[in-house]
Amino acid sequence: MSSVDFINENISWKDITPAGNVYEGGTANDFRTGDWRISIPEFLADKCKQCLLCTPVCPDSAIPVKDGKREDFDFEHCKGCGICAKVCPFGAIVMKKEEK
Amino acid sequence: MAIRERLSGNEAVAIAMRQINPDVMAAFPITPSTEIPQYFSTFCANGQVDTEFVPVESEHSAMSACVGSEAAGARTLTATSSCGLALMWEELYIAASCRLPIALACVNRALSGPININCDHSDSMGARDAGWIQIYSENNQEAYDNFVQAYRIAEHKDVRLPIMICQDGFITSHAVENISLLEDNEVRDFVGDYNPDEYLLNESHSMAVGPYDIPSYYMEHKKQQAVAMENAKQVILDVAAEFEKLSGRKYGLFETYKLEDAECALVIINSAAGTAKDAVDKLRAEGKKVGLLKIRVFRPFPAEEIAEALKNVKVIAVMDRCEGFSSQGGPLGAEVKSALYTAGSTAKVVDYIYGIGGRDVKVENIEEVYGALFDILATGNVGETYRYLSLRD
Repeated sequence: MSSVDFINENISWKDITPAGNVYEGGTANDFRTGDWRISIPEFLADKCKQCLLCTPVCPDSAIPVKDGKREDFDFEHCKGCGICAKVCPFGAIVMKKEEK
Repeated sequence: MAIRERLSGNEAVAIAMRQINPDVMAAFPITPSTEIPQYFSTFCANGQVDTEFVPVESEHSAMSACVGSEAAGARTLTATSSCGLALMWEELYIAASCRLPIALACVNRALSGPININCDHSDSMGARDAGWIQIYSENNQEAYDNFVQAYRIAEHKDVRLPIMICQDGFITSHAVENISLLEDNEVRDFVGDYNPDEYLLNESHSMAVGPYDIPSYYMEHKKQQAVAMENAKQVILDVAAEFEKLSGRKYGLFETYKLEDAECALVIINSAAGTAKDAVDKLRAEGKKVGLLKIRVFRPFPAEEIAEALKNVKVIAVMDRCEGFSSQGGPLGAEVKSALYTAGSTAKVVDYIYGIGGRDVKVENIEEVYGALFDILATGNVGETYRYLSLRD
């Protein structure tokens, strides 16, 4: 069962989990949590050496890695905190003000 | 086999705790708490229980530790009193909203200021809206019996709410009276093991407890809590019926004393009910139709049942052992009047603030209240509905 089956804004008080308990891990995957971002990182692929220093420091696991290489950001979950840009030795991530 | 003993209310509750043998007790062990954590920590030190005793630095931490421990899956309890309970306020709500069946032994004592830790109900009455079940005890026997029943109520799958077992400070907690105890194995069999369906230390099923609840969900969770509290009423009665089979002692949502044909009656909580029963006996011997209703369960509040029990009473005094500063009376007065109004009662009701900060309550003080009720009955004039008993003018 996906968490959206028991956490959604149409659910009745009779069906919602008691106390808001969440009965699995990684449920943020099912929700868009990046929509209150103010700054946005830009991934400059030509400068990236694929050292992958950025991936483990992301608090929201918003830098997907496939076959040993990082891809562009997961903007559904990136909060724009800028830690990745700080840690990148090659200037391959730049922070910008997000235009909405 | 029942064990005949003589114990203070503190000792009685500590023995109930030993017999239950919970997993964790987190408590702040000095003033304003009572001897309960002290006695219990002795049981821990002597190896008489398997409980992990956590001597925390404050009651705020005590209830925080209880919340963590109970969420982890451990049967948890604590004991406190007076300002100690007030310092737990924030976590009381968290324990209730996280649906954690923690048991708390509350010894009712005043809140400062002026500085006072004598018998008074301001502590638990202040916590009445925190979402905890509240059960009150007239004497050490009731405090013991109520504590033995506590987990069966709190942990019931239809309830899963924390529970507070209250007794009067000093009058019950420190005074030694005769008591009948159950055997250790009888209590353990009655209470049973704690096997929650979900808990944090369950390695086969991960979970998160206490998440941020946005406006889209908070109300649904509060409704669940409210329904759990309504469910508690029947569970309290079912557990009491089972307890009666074991002990021979009968408990309900409240106790009525000579109420059937009473014209004037008191509604009262805890130890002063014993004093009031003596006053009732004395006045009955004089042919006066008086009775009383002693609240056992205050949360959930058995409004319909109370209104039904009082339906033939013409004049009622609700006795509040704490102020509410509503300018109308105390919290019990408000609850009882609301129950009577909803039931369409036309009884005349006055609210007495009595015994606060440990002010002594004697049989003659209660007789004075009944006298005032008979004045109202005779004249039809209710007069001031918000009164102070034994106040020096």
